[in-house]
Amino acid sequence: MKMPDPDKTILAKRNEIIGAMNKIVKKDNVIVEKKKLAVYESDGLTAYKQLPLIVVLPETVEQISSVLSYCHQNNVKIVPRGAGTSLSGGALPLADGITLGLGKFNQVLEVDYDNRCARVQPGVTNLAISKAVEGNGFYYAPDPSSQIACTIGGNVAENSGGVHCLKYGLTTNNILGLEIVLTDGEILRLGGKHMDSEGYDLLGLMTGSEGLLGVITEVTVRILPKPTTATALMVSFNSSEAGGKCVANIISAGIIPGGMEMMDGPAIAAAEAFVQVGYPVDVGALLLVELDGPPEEVDYLIEKVSSIAEALDAISVRVSENEMERESFWAGRKAAFPAIGRMTPDYYCMDGTIPRNKLPYVLESMDDMSKKYDLRVANVFHAGDGNLHPLIMYDANIPGELERAENFGADILRLCVEVGGVLTGEHGVGVEKRDLMGEMFSEIDLNQQQRVKCAFDPEQILNPGKVFPTLHRCAELGRMHINRGKLPFPDLPRF
Amino acid sequence: MTKVLKPENPNQVSEIIEWSLGDELPLDIAGTNTKRNLGRPILGKYGDADNRVIGHTLELSQLNGILLYEPEELVLTAEAGTPISDIEAAIAVNRQQLAFEPMNLERLYGTEGGTLGGVISCNLSGPRRFKSGAARDHILGIKGVSGRGELFKSGGRVVKNVTGYDLSKLMTGSYGTLAALTEITIKVLPSPEDTRTLILIGLDDELAQQAMTAAINSSHEVSGAVHLPLTLAIQSSVANISSSQTAITGLRLEGFGPSVDARIEALRINLKKYGDLEELDREDSVVFWSEVRDVRPFQKENRVLWRMSVTPSLSPLIVKNIRSEYEGEAFYDWGGGLIWYSMNQSSEDCGAQKVRSTIQNNGGGHATLIRADDISRSQVEVFQPQPKALAALSSRVKKSFDPKRIMNPDRMYLGV
Ligand SMILES: Cc1cc2nc3c(=O)[nH]c(=O)nc-3n(C[C@H](O)[C@H](O)[C@H](O)COP(=O)(O)OP(=O)(O)OC[C@H]3O[C@@H](n4cnc5c(N)ncnc54)[C@H](O)[C@@H]3O)c2cc1C
Repeated sequence: MKMPDPDKTILAKRNEIIGAMNKIVKKDNVIVEKKKLAVYESDGLTAYKQLPLIVVLPETVEQISSVLSYCHQNNVKIVPRGAGTSLSGGALPLADGITLGLGKFNQVLEVDYDNRCARVQPGVTNLAISKAVEGNGFYYAPDPSSQIACTIGGNVAENSGGVHCLKYGLTTNNILGLEIVLTDGEILRLGGKHMDSEGYDLLGLMTGSEGLLGVITEVTVRILPKPTTATALMVSFNSSEAGGKCVANIISAGIIPGGMEMMDGPAIAAAEAFVQVGYPVDVGALLLVELDGPPEEVDYLIEKVSSIAEALDAISVRVSENEMERESFWAGRKAAFPAIGRMTPDYYCMDGTIPRNKLPYVLESMDDMSKKYDLRVANVFHAGDGNLHPLIMYDANIPGELERAENFGADILRLCVEVGGVLTGEHGVGVEKRDLMGEMFSEIDLNQQQRVKCAFDPEQILNPGKVFPTLHRCAELGRMHINRGKLPFPDLPRF
Repeated sequence: MTKVLKPENPNQVSEIIEWSLGDELPLDIAGTNTKRNLGRPILGKYGDADNRVIGHTLELSQLNGILLYEPEELVLTAEAGTPISDIEAAIAVNRQQLAFEPMNLERLYGTEGGTLGGVISCNLSGPRRFKSGAARDHILGIKGVSGRGELFKSGGRVVKNVTGYDLSKLMTGSYGTLAALTEITIKVLPSPEDTRTLILIGLDDELAQQAMTAAINSSHEVSGAVHLPLTLAIQSSVANISSSQTAITGLRLEGFGPSVDARIEALRINLKKYGDLEELDREDSVVFWSEVRDVRPFQKENRVLWRMSVTPSLSPLIVKNIRSEYEGEAFYDWGGGLIWYSMNQSSEDCGAQKVRSTIQNNGGGHATLIRADDISRSQVEVFQPQPKALAALSSRVKKSFDPKRIMNPDRMYLGV
């Protein structure tokens, strides 16, 4: 992946920029030493590394506004950064850009139980929100596996999901308001404690915009009362196909489980070897179904789901007897990534989404690809919503393997699009999938998206080089070719 | 002369827009025209912000048909002009529904029908809003023609998707001011097996608000919370509501039979302290909540009607405050988050100043002038005016899709 060439005039002005930043934030909050900058050189997509020009750690919204105004006037690029757990390189630094760290914005500002919401700063971690409200029986529903580390600002920027998203929605369905700062330094509030923000749904547009439209400085999230009980079912099948059929039948029966996850043979074996929670290792697929709600509902649905599974010749159906057992069912799934990590020097985590009924075909094709590229792959899926996480195993020390893994991954994503799915379900495009955008969108589609970018950031100083394969100047995108002519097909009788 | 153009395919939509661009003739974009009276009147005798002559009406009613429906994938794609009733009927066969409960706003305007494109363009959602989300939470993808005449798409047919900006959400609630939608993909969900309603009798607004908050904050998954004062409750066609001759507060529980049984009993205990309780069975519940959804109490009248989205817990205070200057009747939906306010007498500004400043001073939110005559709606901001910087951004977003401002100009805001 090629990043835009650094702007030499900016590199030459580094000291001047440092001086300007020192005037806006405390000197300690401007990081310039190479050794300290190295902490920021990559995000969760560690194959890509780049030292930023400098890192700035603002403490107030006004400081962010001043930093952005300065950058706007001096054409300096900005990369916003939360915890740096992005798996798509969204927070990858630019050699000629300031990395704007939001880590100091770590306060829960207000919890309003009467209106079921919390106002938090963007650097608060996902888990910290649930922790702050759990005493009163509430929680914040979207739960990415990275929730101990990742920030709510990053979650909004990536529209992150988690196991509970099937029933409770993604980040975009669970936020009510945002405060954002535009590149010209303007501070805007979108939405609030009320439902549906006024005017255009800029709240929806900001969510998943990967740090390209504005810097998020405050988030109002919805919090929900915790369900009374939760029980997990662990069901095993001979094949992923049977597992997929089970998922379809559960949904067709009108059941939307709190979570529904599937693992294939290699993923099960790796997880069991790692955490030893009693996963059956000689099966083709393992399905975890979590049912939550009042005990009467959960009991009723356990019956239903069990009989659906049995009708499909499930090899085994286990129902968790208590909270400890429920957690142990999940422990293997949650540890799937590190479990794979033990089996291979490196792995590459993909994130396509497909219509669920295409799963057998996609898995079969992935098998063929695995042979073609001579690399192993293990699969964990958010089965309920068709979001695949193939984990491609490789060794970066063997020349050519990283490249082969990347090509394998790109082929998987092309396949996802080919069967009616998309390039990324929850990890974002970032730099990783940037050059594949053309697989899904036409030039017109992409240009329209970039025009929206221009409405927010006409100089394109916010996180450039991410998401869009080619950067066009805003003036160029604004041009329009107009045909003057006659009203088309005016004689048709229906007029 | 103004023509009503009814293209039969997306390419024709694009041709019409291109042609309108040539002459900079603004287009009035509609599905089947049932919500004509929502929003600022455009292109009428009052002219547009740039004093442009009236263009044509682009009616998308011929783009009609369900293109894909896969019940076990919970997804449906239809052309934008497909009647919403056709979609609801088609999915009901598989015991599925649109969980955002699109309201039949047209009943307030005395029209009939309504298309998927219309529901999406107005982001219409019913009483389940606070639990299941709005229309915007159920849209997965769109195809449409921008004000540049270009056919474009966004999103897809899967629930989990962060590939590119979420332009589908941006289209939702944009009142046709950015693009003419031609195709829409939405999420469908299972219909509940059972639906029942607990009714609290005779509460005043404040106490009702507290009861609604307590109910929604419990773990019993309340999926509707409404408060109707006496004068509105007696208008219900559900005898068990109207005959009680008091204000009523309704709390809906939906789901699997045994679950609803258990939750309704538990909720009953939670709510006992607020007053006497009654229960509506499934049949009555369905009728009652459709009345709430479609604002039935205010259907057969012509008073100025406001719709306010507010901080739920502050809604009684907001109503009290507005009432001190403008007598009227209010009911509360979305657990207080949505206020419908019908004014007995109005003023030149339809009470806009009072309504909006009250909301502003009480937690924020926004107010839409849902019903008023054409002249009022061209003089009073129908949608909440935005602070300067936000208005400027909205205007730039509009321009990014529609640089010549030919798509429903001024329908949302003058000059946008
Ligand atoms: C082990 C592991 C497991 C994961 N599991 C999941 C999962 O289950 N589901 C899931 O969805 N994701 C998952 N992720 C991906 C990642 O955690 C999420 O994308 C997360 O939301 C990123 O948050 P962050 O704070 O680390 O953001 P960063 O990585 O710092 O930034 C991500 C993007 O957001 C932008 N950004 C950050 N903060 C702001 C802000 N305040 N304003 C504007 N833009 C901002 C950045 O510019 C960048 O483009 C996982 C990652 C790891 C490493």
